[in-house]
Amino acid sequence: MTEATTLTPVLTKHWDAERSWTLATYLKNGGYRGLRAALAMAPADVVTAVKDSGLRGRGGAGFPTGMKWGFLPAPDGGPRYLVINADESEPGTCKDTPLMLASPQQLIEGAVITSYAIGCDHAFIYVRGELLHVYRRLLNAVAEAKAAGYVGENILGTGLNLEITVHAGAGAYICGEETALLDSLEGRRGQPRLKPPFPAVAGLYARPTVVNNVESIASVPAILEGGADWFKSMGTERSTGPGLFSLSGHVTRPGQYEAPLGITLRELLDMAGGVREGHELKFWTPGGSSTPIFTAEHLDVPLDYESVGKAGSMLGTRALQIFDETTSVVRAVARWTEFYKHESCGKCTPCREGTFWLDQIFQRIVAGKGTSQDIDTLLDLCDNILGRAFCALGDGATSPVTSAIQYFRDEFEAGTHTPADVLFPPERSSLFTYTPRRRAGQLAGVHA
Amino acid sequence: MSVESTPSTEGAAVRRSAYDDATRARLDADATQVVARYPEARSALLPLLHLVQSEDGYVSPAGIAFCAQTLGLSTAEVSAVATFYTQYKRRPNGEYTVGVCTNTLCAVMGGDAIWEELSDHLGVGNDETTPDGAITLERVECNAACDYAPVVMVNWEFFDNQTPASAVETVDRLRAGEAVAPTRGAASVCSFKAMSRVLAGFPDGRADEGVGAGEATTRGTVLARERGWTAPPFPAADQAQPSDQVKGS
Ligand SMILES: Cc1cc2nc3c(=O)[nH]c(=O)nc-3n(C[C@H](O)[C@H](O)[C@H](O)COP(=O)(O)O)c2cc1C
Ligand code: SF4
Ligand code: FES
Repeated sequence: MTEATTLTPVLTKHWDAERSWTLATYLKNGGYRGLRAALAMAPADVVTAVKDSGLRGRGGAGFPTGMKWGFLPAPDGGPRYLVINADESEPGTCKDTPLMLASPQQLIEGAVITSYAIGCDHAFIYVRGELLHVYRRLLNAVAEAKAAGYVGENILGTGLNLEITVHAGAGAYICGEETALLDSLEGRRGQPRLKPPFPAVAGLYARPTVVNNVESIASVPAILEGGADWFKSMGTERSTGPGLFSLSGHVTRPGQYEAPLGITLRELLDMAGGVREGHELKFWTPGGSSTPIFTAEHLDVPLDYESVGKAGSMLGTRALQIFDETTSVVRAVARWTEFYKHESCGKCTPCREGTFWLDQIFQRIVAGKGTSQDIDTLLDLCDNILGRAFCALGDGATSPVTSAIQYFRDEFEAGTHTPADVLFPPERSSLFTYTPRRRAGQLAGVHA
Repeated sequence: MSVESTPSTEGAAVRRSAYDDATRARLDADATQVVARYPEARSALLPLLHLVQSEDGYVSPAGIAFCAQTLGLSTAEVSAVATFYTQYKRRPNGEYTVGVCTNTLCAVMGGDAIWEELSDHLGVGNDETTPDGAITLERVECNAACDYAPVVMVNWEFFDNQTPASAVETVDRLRAGEAVAPTRGAASVCSFKAMSRVLAGFPDGRADEGVGAGEATTRGTVLARERGWTAPPFPAADQAQPSDQVKGS
């Protein structure tokens, strides 16, 4: 890219409008034109349009959305379902939640178009239960859309019917994994299912089911209104369109920045006022805690699926968590490891046991009591999880560990003699000033 | 149908193994609506457990029996599900769950310090309730608000960009019975039971309260407008929108 990249607000365009969440505001700003365009086409042509757009799933894995829809078997007269994944729980990820709060009708319109395309008359939005106001807004958005004839029976006089059920989860990261989500939606413990069969063949109630992320589905209306070529005019050849980039942490103006895929962190940081004043970038996640960390040497990696992959990480959810030089990478990764241990569903041994032992070792290293073998043991444990776990949670748990050791091995070595909070006093990382009350690992008289 | 409106009800705190007839009749009526939202009844289990918490403030033995009877499951099956999810409480919850995000991003930005301050101030640890029954303190995982770190959730409403002092002020006001407004959410935080009823799918009419977005959410939107940055325009309307009429399926 030679020209400077700019933001390309599509989803975010009207997020600051007065009462942005209402149907009236949405319609005033061009809402439901995508649906009208879609309903003038045959369902198969809608699938083709989304395929041609190159849209890839925005929930982390980047699977082509239109292709996923195309995997549904031919209709057999029985029900087919659309399940929207609104569980947003990957650490660092904070894009679907503001979308649903500010503009839930985008998601509802996308759900209606997708349901038309795949022949579904009952769609579900599975929203994590820890988002009370988002749940209120979604319930309200469905009611408003229904009253206006966009959802319910005989949609816009076409004879098309669609029921949308908004379902609240109850706190479990693993329920974001699509098959665990389906089990949870069926009223069970949220544990991943064996694949195949894939949800496209046997999903909700063992019926053909499409599971898509909130941002994926919300991206559909504009594709139908603007066309596949319009969408492809943004982004790179294989990572098309705009996407939400979420900047958080040690950055001057954290927030949501909607830009073409392929923008760089350097460009985004520039827009966001840079790393907080007086500090410099140390490490960051390109796509949430399950994607290997990057450092300042990756500032110019284009944030598209291919380039981030080539550089050794994953685009994931474009959750750019920024940490400056005051931050202990050991403390950061230890906390993520604790998260994975806590959220491991326990179904398979490599992940259940592996995350437990990773956490044990991290506790030692954080306290400055690591042993000389601990780094090797961490790497061995990761080796035993990666590729052997039943679902991607286990793989994700290893990403921060192996990448942090790769880039900051010396900090792990320092964990054999000095506590992390001595090497990196936490009050220097914090966004407010305070006096620490306790410092468990503090050595008498030592303060780095 | 996913949307119902019935008045919110606050049941008395109870620890019995079955509901009295009036309560049971009311819960049965609610449950009928919940079950009707799904093609298969068992899908109603999670919302029904939220409904039980709206009645009892936790997943009570009476509530487990009620779910089991309603859905034709054993109480063991219901318990197995309830214990899997962190939002379902095994002991009576305080009126407000105060959750401090201590996942990495928030922890480093100051969440750990907020946690320590609140824990010391309230004299309770993780998942413990103050003696007055007002507050259950929790360490919570990333709540999808990292651009507002450090974050505190009160009954799962957002309290953004917190400090130890702001968090202490919030809990003090909650304990004093004052109405407290989240940063992004309803005009005031509701009780744990009222919240649970919403999560069971019964709207409380408060969706239009509060902001559409906070400052961080719209930073890209505002910056693009200032700089005149836009996505490419849609192709000419006559091409992109074949017609205003729609075709039947
Ligand atoms: C542990 C775990 C958690 C996940 N959490 C989410 C989530 O919160 N939201 C989401 O959309 N996808 C999540 N995913 C990915 C889903 O399994 C699935 O790939 C995605 O919903 C598909 O939608 P998309 O193709 O539109 O991205 C998660 C995956 C794993 C392994
Ligand atoms: S990898 Fe972890 S979360 Fe996934 S099935 Fe195994 S134990 Fe459960
Ligand atoms: S880490 Fe606290 S909200 Fe994401």
